[in-house]
Amino acid sequence: MDVKEIIAKGDLVYEKTKVLTDKEMHYCPGCTHGTVHKAIAEVIEEMGIQEKTIGISPVGCSVFAYEYLHIDWQQAAHGRAPALATATKRLMPEKYVFTYQGDGDIASIGCAEAIHACNRGENILMIFINNGIYGMTGGQMAPTTLDGMKTATSPTGRTVEQNGYTLDLTKMIAPLPGVCYVARHSADTAAATRKLKRALKKGFENSMKNKGTSFVEVISTCNSGWKMSPVAANEWMRENMFPVFPLGTIKDE
Amino acid sequence: MAKVKGAVVVDIEKCKGCGICIDDCPTDTLAFERAVNGKGYHYAYMKAPELCIGCSNCAISCPDTVITVYRVKPERKKTS
Ligand SMILES: Cc1ncc(C[n+]2csc(CCOP(=O)(O)OP(=O)(O)O)c2C)c(N)n1
Ligand code: SF4
Ligand code: SF4
Ligand code: SF4
Ligand SMILES: [Mg+2]
Repeated sequence: MDVKEIIAKGDLVYEKTKVLTDKEMHYCPGCTHGTVHKAIAEVIEEMGIQEKTIGISPVGCSVFAYEYLHIDWQQAAHGRAPALATATKRLMPEKYVFTYQGDGDIASIGCAEAIHACNRGENILMIFINNGIYGMTGGQMAPTTLDGMKTATSPTGRTVEQNGYTLDLTKMIAPLPGVCYVARHSADTAAATRKLKRALKKGFENSMKNKGTSFVEVISTCNSGWKMSPVAANEWMRENMFPVFPLGTIKDE
Repeated sequence: MAKVKGAVVVDIEKCKGCGICIDDCPTDTLAFERAVNGKGYHYAYMKAPELCIGCSNCAISCPDTVITVYRVKPERKKTS
């Protein structure tokens, strides 16, 4: 059976979800943002909650996330997505509300908003795309940048003396009583993305059970900022980021 | 044993030539095409179509979701 025949006679086993728009994403080739958008869109489709979901997009490369998913959105000032999500969920408790934030957004400029939303136990899902760098503005050091990592603002490598320790925000918020679910995943392979989807589903479900805040970190790449090919960036991430930010479920109550 | 047969369709003009699908394919079906698309990227194509098992790994890991996957289940062999 040749390719044409398989396409004509075979079963369609995978196609792009209708929750994703037809707009071409502006992301660099191989950027993790695209894969995570797809994972969120597929979970929304599988749960049948497209009409009931409101996303809050950040400032950062994913500022235009609202262009790519056919759901309701708001776009927050840098780091303020958890505050906007708080208001949105409190005004419309029947909606599934999530934030989508980069590491610069959530762990640096919006660190206070993130921690206090978690501490108040807002019934939202927070999705944290950790690529260890400020991607959008040209690859500056973030709190999540690894020790020794070279960035535009640490050209000889980050040092503890100069810049302190790599911040593990996910581990910091996990003990807070307002937080019900904390997990760390990646989206570098189909297997990893399938696991990520299960975590996102759990987070969405929790947000309707009034259990508190769910927090899902995605260890990601910024191949442009890291100055590597997309495949090399994935390899670098597995080798260097996974030991510092181990994947798995950290809290599930 | 008859193998599951798969085939993928890459939306050539939307492919960004990142190579993530090629890396994530368990059967080494995919490769970069020598030709480039309108964006100037060497897009992904089925270099060894006979190897594809229709597992959808490539389509799930493609950041731009430009791959569609088809599959034909093997016909049951009659036991003699
Ligand atoms: C109040 C404010 N300060 C600074 C900026 C500049 N700025 C835009 S994006 C960004 C960093 C984004 O990094 P991150 O959140 O990690 O997202 P990424 O692009 O890596 O996905 C900064 C500092 C801004 N837009 N607004
Ligand atoms: S700069 Fe980095 S985070 Fe931004 S789109 Fe490119 S690869 Fe993605
Ligand atoms: S469907 Fe599976 S086997 Fe076929 S090309 Fe994609 S990853 Fe490879
Ligand atoms: S993962 Fe998608 S965009 Fe990247 S090379 Fe494959 S088909 Fe093209
Ligand atoms: Mg970042």
